[in-house]
Amino acid sequence: MSKPDSLQGSLDLLVLRILSRRPGLHGYAIMSTIKDWSSDVLRADEGSLCPALHRMEEAGWIRAKWVTKDSGRRARIYELRAAGKERLDAEESRWQAVTSAVNRVLRTV
Amino acid sequence: MSFWSRTANVFRSDRLSREIDEELQRHIADAIEQGRDPAEARRAFGSVLRNREESLDVRLVAWLDSLRSDAVFSWRQLMNRKVTSGAAILSLALGIGACTSAFRLIDALLLRPLPVSHPERLYSVVFEGAAGADGRVSTYDSCSYPMFRQMRAAVKDQAESVAVSYAERIDLTYGRDEEMEKAYRQFVSGWMFDSFGLRPSLGRLLTEYDDVTPDAYPVAILSHDYWTRRFAQDRNVIGRTFRMGDDLYQIIGVAEEGFTGTETGTVTDVFLPMMMKNPRTLASTTNFWLRTLVELKPGAAAEPVRERLRATFRGIQQERAKSFIGMSKRRLEQFFQEKLLLEPAGSGRSNLQRDYGRTLLALGILAMLVLVIACVNVANLMTAQAAARAREMALRVAIGAGRWRLVQLVLVECAWLALLATAIGGWFALWSAPFIVGMINPPDNPARLMLPADWRVAAFSLALACGVTFLFGLAPAMRASAVRPVSALKGGSAPHSRGRMMRTMIALQVSFCFVVLFVAGLLATTFDRLTSQPIGFSPERIINLEALAQRPQPPVYWDQVADRLRAVPGVEKVALTVWPLMSGEAANGAISVNGAPASEVLSDFLRISPGWLDTMRIPLIDGRDFSAADTNPPVAIVNQAFARQFFNGENPAGKWFENEHVRFQIVGFVRDARSRDDMRRPIRATAYVPFNTVDSRGAFVPMGRGTFVVRTRTANPMALASILRHEVPRAGSAIYITNIRTQVEISLAHTVRERLLAMLAMFFAAVAVLLAAIGLYGVLDYGVLQRRREIGIRLAIGAQAGDIARQVTAEAFSMVLVGAIAGIVLGMASVRYIETLLYEVKGTDMGMLIVPSLTILAAASLAALPAMIRAVRIDPVKMLRAD
Repeated sequence: MSKPDSLQGSLDLLVLRILSRRPGLHGYAIMSTIKDWSSDVLRADEGSLCPALHRMEEAGWIRAKWVTKDSGRRARIYELRAAGKERLDAEESRWQAVTSAVNRVLRTV
Repeated sequence: MSFWSRTANVFRSDRLSREIDEELQRHIADAIEQGRDPAEARRAFGSVLRNREESLDVRLVAWLDSLRSDAVFSWRQLMNRKVTSGAAILSLALGIGACTSAFRLIDALLLRPLPVSHPERLYSVVFEGAAGADGRVSTYDSCSYPMFRQMRAAVKDQAESVAVSYAERIDLTYGRDEEMEKAYRQFVSGWMFDSFGLRPSLGRLLTEYDDVTPDAYPVAILSHDYWTRRFAQDRNVIGRTFRMGDDLYQIIGVAEEGFTGTETGTVTDVFLPMMMKNPRTLASTTNFWLRTLVELKPGAAAEPVRERLRATFRGIQQERAKSFIGMSKRRLEQFFQEKLLLEPAGSGRSNLQRDYGRTLLALGILAMLVLVIACVNVANLMTAQAAARAREMALRVAIGAGRWRLVQLVLVECAWLALLATAIGGWFALWSAPFIVGMINPPDNPARLMLPADWRVAAFSLALACGVTFLFGLAPAMRASAVRPVSALKGGSAPHSRGRMMRTMIALQVSFCFVVLFVAGLLATTFDRLTSQPIGFSPERIINLEALAQRPQPPVYWDQVADRLRAVPGVEKVALTVWPLMSGEAANGAISVNGAPASEVLSDFLRISPGWLDTMRIPLIDGRDFSAADTNPPVAIVNQAFARQFFNGENPAGKWFENEHVRFQIVGFVRDARSRDDMRRPIRATAYVPFNTVDSRGAFVPMGRGTFVVRTRTANPMALASILRHEVPRAGSAIYITNIRTQVEISLAHTVRERLLAMLAMFFAAVAVLLAAIGLYGVLDYGVLQRRREIGIRLAIGAQAGDIARQVTAEAFSMVLVGAIAGIVLGMASVRYIETLLYEVKGTDMGMLIVPSLTILAAASLAALPAMIRAVRIDPVKMLRAD
């Protein structure tokens, strides 16, 4: 049903990392940041980013608040919580372990 | 935290949805702002609804949310059909309320453990006699004090034994003699409180040392309940004294809250040490006045303790038999057949339990049957409604609802019904349970049952509500969920199987209804037979003044008081006796005629003054009434049962008999009058002797107690009660009145249980018939509604009205028949269990079977009438055009 996802289960890691560097981004900004920082390689699917943000909020990793921007429009911005920082570390080391394992497999002749 | 916040989100899901929507809209707007093509951006985003649902699902507990929305939806459904829902809820509430009420009573009387530290280790010593003439085994639980001591010593290392006297309503005063008041007194072993692990609310409790030497420590413990009622929890009550008989007692403590003695159904007010009982009674081996409770020590088993007690009891029996003189061989054999048993007494032990245990159980089962009948109605209603909603259900399945979701939808609706019914039923039980306890009360001895509405009752109601929900909800729910969307949406598939299930339900309902009617008929007949048997005297307008003398007074003093009462306006006649007729008190003795050995059958003895027979309206058959000059001995008046028993039914006037070597001449012969309180036994042989008793030297014996029997001119004798009460002390302060009861009140008290049973059973029977009739009406009406097209066609091609009516009702009536036959079988099987509650009526009596059958037949015919009329009145033209 869901569209092919180019992120291969790393969406949480990317969102957490982005929010740790740039707190206070809203949903669309997070999506654009993923695209920009990966030089257009990675694309978060709109349909999966929103539920993911809500899931992480419910899990207590990130917190959301509504702010009114200068233009007068309301936006829901996100920032990292303490539990999210821990989660980020765990996710990052997991990612490192997985990629190095995959690399080892690829290099084995 | 996460689960709680997700649970909380269930109840603010609307706001959550709005927020998610807004965020999603913002998102798309941002994308467009960034220069994306609006249509493309929306397309890339996918379905807004699905996005929202997915986001929402992670924010809340999904199953709870579905439950919530089902609850809201089915609440609306119920509100749409206020009348049917109301009727269903009310009939369920009646059933649930009756069941809860029965449970409260059974729990309070039989199940609830005493508030002692180890109720499960508590046993009561019970003796089982040999089978009597009627084949029934009689049991008793009374012991003498020496017997208790022997038994206690025998099992000392395995169990602690506690002696408790029967709770008695006695007179005591905290001030002057004129201010006598009633209180329930129990003599208990001093170590009872300690071994039960009870703590004082105030002061100290009795100890072993208060209970060593007879008459040494006149101390008393109040129950917390009495302390609250009588003294408003005044802490200065410690050290106060009260007088009871000739003894002065000092209050030394108040027992733990909640402990009201060991006699369930009576709230003991005052606990006294065993040793304060009259020394003669304490030493007597023949005065059986206490119960023995045995508390096993940790780790001890009941069997070895019982075996040891049995051995001790055999020794006691042998010792007692030595003092028996002139007892027949058969009686002696029976005496040695008596067997000691240990019965669990964790919830106390009382006569109320014995007398009302089975009664309440029978009522509970009747209530349960009524509840099932009500459930069947609701089940049929739900089935019919599920059928009407087949299209809605099919639509739900078609757009992806799971079967379970449909089951849940119907069950939630049933749960609403059950919940509302439980709430109303709980309220009903709240007042009906105390109401029934109030009806148990004989006027002189009010039963007081602690009826807390605590977690036990709440848990029972909740379990009942759940059970009921599944009982009537599961079948319709399964059926509704099994809907086939294609055929249902196409319309027109005739659900015949549904009708079959409903008809099976009708058979079930009818059979239960029959059982309720049958049992109610038996109980009502029992009550009728008991109350319509002749008692041999006229209880109307009679009031009994039971009096005690501080010190025994000579007969002439009692006569003076009687004379004063005769002078009161409104008084017709006054006579003296020892206790009122049918009060439950009796004295008896063996009779010997013409020097023959003493009889095995005993005769009752009652002392009466001249004019008593006339006052009670007991007619003389031969001879004369006593005169003022007659004394006891040597004259007596006997009744017909006496003549039958000892004189082969001949007129005994003028003859002689002997009682304990004292000779009596029979000067009068009277008709039978009921003297004892057991209405199920025949009237006993009774010898009346003069109130004025002389000893062997011919001197008058002073009297300690007596009862003034007053026949008033007014229809309501109680109106004179206070005047009469105040008249007694005017003759001098030696005698005071302890109790005033009308004779009607005393007579009625002996059929209290039967009246209660008959009344409630009749009430349940009426409800059962009503519910069953409504159920049958509903099913038939629904059947006609379903088949209206078919009936229309039949009518159009010339069917007769009679044929149609027969067709519509034939199947249902065969079900009624099946149900009735099943009911007869069930009823016959159940009679065994209520046999002890019946009197002179058998389950096999034809009348007992015919009346319920006719009632059900009449109710069924009445219930079928509207459906038949509706079927016959169907207009074929209109019906066929409509489709």
